[in-house]
Amino acid sequence: MEQLKFDYPSANRWISKRAHVGIVGSGDMEVLMEPAETGSAHVSIQTSVNGFGSSWKAVLDRFFARFDGAVRIHINDAGATPGSVMLRLEQAVEVIEQ
Amino acid sequence: MSVATVIPAFVTRESFIELEARDRAQALMDPGSWRELVGPFDRIESPWLPMQSIAPQSDDGCVVLKGTIAGQATVVIALEGGFQAGSIGEVSGAKMTAALDLATHDSENGRKTAAVLLLETGGVRLQEANLGLAAIAEVMASIFALRQHAPVVTVIAGTVGCFGGMSLVAGISSYILMTREARLGLNGAEVIEQESGIEEFDSSDRALIWAVFGGEQRVGMGVADELLQDDAKEIAAAVQRCLKVGLPVVHRSQQIDLYRDGIAALDTSQQIEPLTLRKNWNNKQAKTKEGSA
Repeated sequence: MEQLKFDYPSANRWISKRAHVGIVGSGDMEVLMEPAETGSAHVSIQTSVNGFGSSWKAVLDRFFARFDGAVRIHINDAGATPGSVMLRLEQAVEVIEQ
Repeated sequence: MSVATVIPAFVTRESFIELEARDRAQALMDPGSWRELVGPFDRIESPWLPMQSIAPQSDDGCVVLKGTIAGQATVVIALEGGFQAGSIGEVSGAKMTAALDLATHDSENGRKTAAVLLLETGGVRLQEANLGLAAIAEVMASIFALRQHAPVVTVIAGTVGCFGGMSLVAGISSYILMTREARLGLNGAEVIEQESGIEEFDSSDRALIWAVFGGEQRVGMGVADELLQDDAKEIAAAVQRCLKVGLPVVHRSQQIDLYRDGIAALDTSQQIEPLTLRKNWNNKQAKTKEGSA
């Protein structure tokens, strides 16, 4: 079990909705995305697979290169691959921007 | 030839099995009538799973929606089979119990509130052992209290099915609705094989598993009430029918003599075939129904 935290100060667009997508099943994860009152983005991850901090950072860097919402994201992960992580994040964005 | 005749209804239907727990619950309720109690953003997770290096889920795999079904006040409790096989832990059990107790409280105070349980579960969450067992006992006590006032409808759609302690919960509910894909049993196939050997039960034999635990067999035996297609609308309609009928004259689990006699009459000197069992048990039930009418 590993806890990871990342901050993205440049993501500062105001967001008003929240989203919950995904299931903590094998190879999958859940995302809770909600407005961050601090005016920038914060990500916390709880994963059952240790030692993949740099992979998480690479996926999140790429995600926040395109998404600029000031959101607080929490992820419960049961071994989602980087591709699945990106899809779940994009799915959450789809919900809050509906 | 119109499109409808080329594409069978089964293809164009909205599958219920393919929905996640939250979407299943919503599919049964009047649109806009419901709100979620203790949802994922309340973040009441299992404290025990992370200690065992297992990622928890923000709703602990239990979704509680309160609202109406065809105008009838109802609480829908849906277990998420994708998370830890829908197993019952301390948090998910407490959510179920609290939701059922609120329904009883409302029913006692003039607002009759029924319950619908969407059970996709392997039973007690072994990582939370005793707390899970205690939770099953509490859920059962809460159902006994509620079913004096309003019906408790269990839906087992699949594909996890309903096993272990939660099969007892299904057993004491007012009605059980199943699909052909669903399974219902106390011990699952793998548990039986592990405990009694492959000669007793081959858990890789899917035909055998469904012949024993499957929805068609369970409804055929009379231990479940209705066999439904995997169709969200059909399942919603069946739940509405149950709520409209209200409480059964006698609950299945009150018919102790019927089932005790049934078990006593089993001839275990030879292998009992699922189809024979279905025929014998169903006849017995039909007789009782005639007798009581």
